[in-house]
Amino acid sequence: MIRFDSVSKHYPDGTVAVDSLDLVAPSGQITVFVGPSGCGKTTSLRMINRMIEPTSGSIWLDDQDTSRIATHELRRQIGYVIQHAGLFPHRTIVDNIATVPLLLGWDRNKARARGRELLERVGLPAHFAERYPAQLSGGQQQRVGVARALAADPPVMLMDEPFSAVDPIARDQLQEEFLRLQNELGKTIVFVTHDIDEAIKLGDQVAVLRVGGRLAQLATPAQLLSEPADAFVAAFVGRDRGYRALGFTPVGELATHDEPTIAMGSALTGAEAADGWLLAVDDQGAPQGWLRLADSRPGADTTVTEDLLHRGGTVAGADASLRAVLDACLSSPSGRGVIVDEAGRLAGTVTASEVLALIERRAPADPNPQPVGGGGQ
Amino acid sequence: MIAEIWNWLSDSAHWHGPDGVPIHLREHLQYSLIALLIAAAIALPLGLLIGHTGRGSFVVVAIANSFRALPTVGLLTFFVILIAPHIHSTGTATYLIPSEIVLVLLAIPSMLTNTYAGISAVDPAVRDAARGMGMRGSQTLWQVELPNALPLIFSGIRSSFLQVIATATITAYVSLGGLGRYLIDGLAQQDYPQMASGAVLVAVLALLIDVLLAAVQRYAVSRGITGRYSRKRIVDPAEQQAMIAAAPLT
Repeated sequence: MIRFDSVSKHYPDGTVAVDSLDLVAPSGQITVFVGPSGCGKTTSLRMINRMIEPTSGSIWLDDQDTSRIATHELRRQIGYVIQHAGLFPHRTIVDNIATVPLLLGWDRNKARARGRELLERVGLPAHFAERYPAQLSGGQQQRVGVARALAADPPVMLMDEPFSAVDPIARDQLQEEFLRLQNELGKTIVFVTHDIDEAIKLGDQVAVLRVGGRLAQLATPAQLLSEPADAFVAAFVGRDRGYRALGFTPVGELATHDEPTIAMGSALTGAEAADGWLLAVDDQGAPQGWLRLADSRPGADTTVTEDLLHRGGTVAGADASLRAVLDACLSSPSGRGVIVDEAGRLAGTVTASEVLALIERRAPADPNPQPVGGGGQ
Repeated sequence: MIAEIWNWLSDSAHWHGPDGVPIHLREHLQYSLIALLIAAAIALPLGLLIGHTGRGSFVVVAIANSFRALPTVGLLTFFVILIAPHIHSTGTATYLIPSEIVLVLLAIPSMLTNTYAGISAVDPAVRDAARGMGMRGSQTLWQVELPNALPLIFSGIRSSFLQVIATATITAYVSLGGLGRYLIDGLAQQDYPQMASGAVLVAVLALLIDVLLAAVQRYAVSRGITGRYSRKRIVDPAEQQAMIAAAPLT
């Protein structure tokens, strides 16, 4: 647990970076600091490992006042990940990862073995160990940055916009893997971002800060979307709040309809569909895409092939959120959303109006909904 | 002209005795090395300190600019007049000390500015990470800042070396030895092949030293900084497979 006890940071020129912050980042959870630039989120993070000293107030790690621990010892107990990874260019990847263990006086072989283990843990191939940072892409470097922070197995991790400098696809993947890793490790994490979507995706709780370093709201992502504390938070959280909030509500009992299907590779002769759309499945029964009969019957011996399929529709699992199920309906060319079971086999279809009816019947604004899917929540 | 220089250099009489090339070469190296060691002992720690703390960078600018503007021969004369009367020595110290002072002053600016620049050019994210990992100030300096600044520091040392070796010829001007002897004596005797040969010897010495230092630099600087790892990247098909497999992760 990390506790901010009326922590302020004032600069001599009169700037107030952080103003009397009271906050608890609970153990084993991800607390995200989010806000516009100048809101003091990075300053707040850096005061935890005393890269910046607070002007007043105190920060506690469990029952220890951080101001009473020597800075270098404090920092060795806290994992630290920064925006551009900040890897040491002159050291190999494995030696970069082994930095803190070596500072703690581990034997070199043991530290290196730990480095290799973590390389695998963050999803990089073992032969990267002897490479140098300049040989890696930005996304790979950031993985090494995370591995380096984890090397001495610190209970607390500080992450300062770690994924904001990588491209969107790599970022998505890094976020997913970060959540998977956190599911395994259960660290106490403080994570800074300026991206509200990232905050909502990763946070167990989200602290929205406003310019001048004041806490505007501390809430779960679902609460933030459904009950923003004031106009600033509402504006910051942004559009599509209603739709995004559906992402936190499991769909629960869902009555699906049987859907006529056609197997891949089978002949189209004699195939019928009420509205002209047929769902193609593979031999395991997993949906492959929609087929419009009108487009696909030039010859009597035409069979179902990949290139005849419309692939625009998304697919939702039976345990998915209302958002995922509704999206499956809205994106489906036939208007029927495809639902699959855990094994990925077709379970049936639903229509958007049925999902909307489900949403309308739902109790309005559940303040503590159960998190759904995605892991780490 | 080239033939005359060749004749002079290949004349074995010039390679023996108290005025022979080996003796003057040794003297020249000796004067140069003393000056460089003293200059390095002053410039490197100062440059590291100023680069690491970020304080006192005005000292670097002031020293670099003013020292570089100094006229070397004039300075040598000045120091001889100033210092020689206070040295009661029968040996060469009377002239050696003023000469070394001048060479040290000449060697300091390149080493100082490059060391300072190398340290302060270390990526702030790298320095921030080092502190954030829990390195003490001195650990950050030795383990992170210095290794990353080495290419610039080496180029400072090499450029000081070249300047000092070229300029150490002036010691002959105040009656000391060194390869400068051939220049001064050749001029006095209007023996141009001797002068030109002396110049060639100085140039060859400077080049040899630079090649030697380049070899040391190659060994001392991490491949992660020089980028020399790329040549190794060939053959191993297993590695290529792994690269392909890892590609979507990027």
